[in-house]
Amino acid sequence: MKHLPLFSGRKLDEIFAWLPAGAVSVGRFLAEAQWLAGQLPAGEWLLNVCENRYRFALGFVAGLLAGKTSLQPSSLSAETLHRMAADYPGALCLCDGEFAAESLPCLRFPELPERLPDITGDIPKIATERVVAILFTSGSTGLPQPHRKTWGKLVQNAQAGAAALGLVGHPHNIIGTVPVQHSFGFESTFLLALHGGCAFWAGKPFFPQDIASALAAVPRPRLLVTTPFHLSALLAADIPLPAIDKLLSATAPLSAETASAAEARCAAPVHEIYGSTESGQIACRRTTQGPVWHLLPGIELAQEAGNRDQTWAFGGHVEGRIPLSDLIELSTDGKFLLLGRHADLINIAGRRTSLAYLNHQISAVPGVVDAAFFLPDETPDESKGEGITRLAAFVVAPTLDQRQLLAALRKRIDPIFLPRPLLLLPSLPRNSTGKLPRSALQALFESTVQHG
Amino acid sequence: MSAAPAPETINNLMPEIAGLIVEALNLDITPEEIEADAPLYGDGLGLDSIDVLEIALVISKRYGFQLRSDNEDNVRIFASLRALTSHVASQRTL
Repeated sequence: MKHLPLFSGRKLDEIFAWLPAGAVSVGRFLAEAQWLAGQLPAGEWLLNVCENRYRFALGFVAGLLAGKTSLQPSSLSAETLHRMAADYPGALCLCDGEFAAESLPCLRFPELPERLPDITGDIPKIATERVVAILFTSGSTGLPQPHRKTWGKLVQNAQAGAAALGLVGHPHNIIGTVPVQHSFGFESTFLLALHGGCAFWAGKPFFPQDIASALAAVPRPRLLVTTPFHLSALLAADIPLPAIDKLLSATAPLSAETASAAEARCAAPVHEIYGSTESGQIACRRTTQGPVWHLLPGIELAQEAGNRDQTWAFGGHVEGRIPLSDLIELSTDGKFLLLGRHADLINIAGRRTSLAYLNHQISAVPGVVDAAFFLPDETPDESKGEGITRLAAFVVAPTLDQRQLLAALRKRIDPIFLPRPLLLLPSLPRNSTGKLPRSALQALFESTVQHG
Repeated sequence: MSAAPAPETINNLMPEIAGLIVEALNLDITPEEIEADAPLYGDGLGLDSIDVLEIALVISKRYGFQLRSDNEDNVRIFASLRALTSHVASQRTL
């Protein structure tokens, strides 16, 4: 069986991460991860919810060394945690901060010893075929869908990303505003430190001033890994920023206006990544140079003859053959255009789900007779940049009030998808076949919300 | 951090902050309906991180200071309308 080392092309004295106290070397990181591996109880699964990027990295690698698989769900709702406990018996939750792990056994991140033995011998090697992480999407049936990632593909993924972003031979210090457990943050912060020569800032800055402080805490060259929503908030704040040498955005399409404004403001290129939890990152583009996407090394796309609605990604670091949820126009030489999403899919501020999933969740609330989520057509307020359009929901639930319904929903779905507004109605405008056409919901929305 | 603002300063400022929240987020309620001590996150008003960033932007423009989330202040500052108002009153430069 083939094995690949934990790090690619890294020396032990290079910088792996930046903490408020200063730089952590690759060697120190490995020593701490080996120590932590010895603290983890037996068991196959590790649900690593550490907020701190460095602690997540230690937990992930400790689990890797201890033979565990990392579980990375798309949300941490009570419902999801119950699911994880049921589907992955013995799963251990590793957490920092104030996390309530519900039904899972929980290990608080331990205090790290100051003195640890020096690293001796070779860098550990991991079998390429081993499943080391399972990332989850919400799925349309209400059950989290697992997407298994093998070590070999993750290494290949990080190396492809580093090459596409011009980081090979030009390592950057990474400041990420995105969670490290989700696909984009996982690949573009953590994996770039293991296999792309970069070092990351341990925090996850949120407010614009936090981002400015995090940037100032690491030397140049700096790479800001963010989302369209965080990026436009940063630009709108209009505060003094330390130099940024490269920006990377993903999770939702970035508008050409925001990309141009960011390039002008930072005097640095803005790149975008396209991908999904299922496929991992598969393409990139520099947004100001036009709408065309370029596939990462080794990745291919295909459509069935006569059906251009469905595109498949395969090759390179993609695990198997993955159907993509976007409508795509293929071009030659690994180029393509994104034409939009399949109607059922929802992306709000970079979080993805489907109407089918949301409808399933709301219908499962005791007391709900009928319900439908609806994403209005309205264009967000232009003055807000990447404005966020919220979901609405129409619900028939004679025994429940709005507050009870929202409390029940909050246990099941990510807060970003909670309906605003949630309207209680005597019935829904289903047609004779029991279907709820989008046009009927749009009309209902206009009559009850916009002019109500 | 500056000295804690007087309770009456906070009480006088609260309606204004409530108004900013309702306006910034386009909420379907009146400012008076936001309870002073109810949580803004989760089971109270139900704000999420998108809302918090939008409110932060409006507050920074209006009151001349930037919100920061060092030391988990974020959770504390947005604990309630009163907590947020108190933070604004102690940090404002405008």
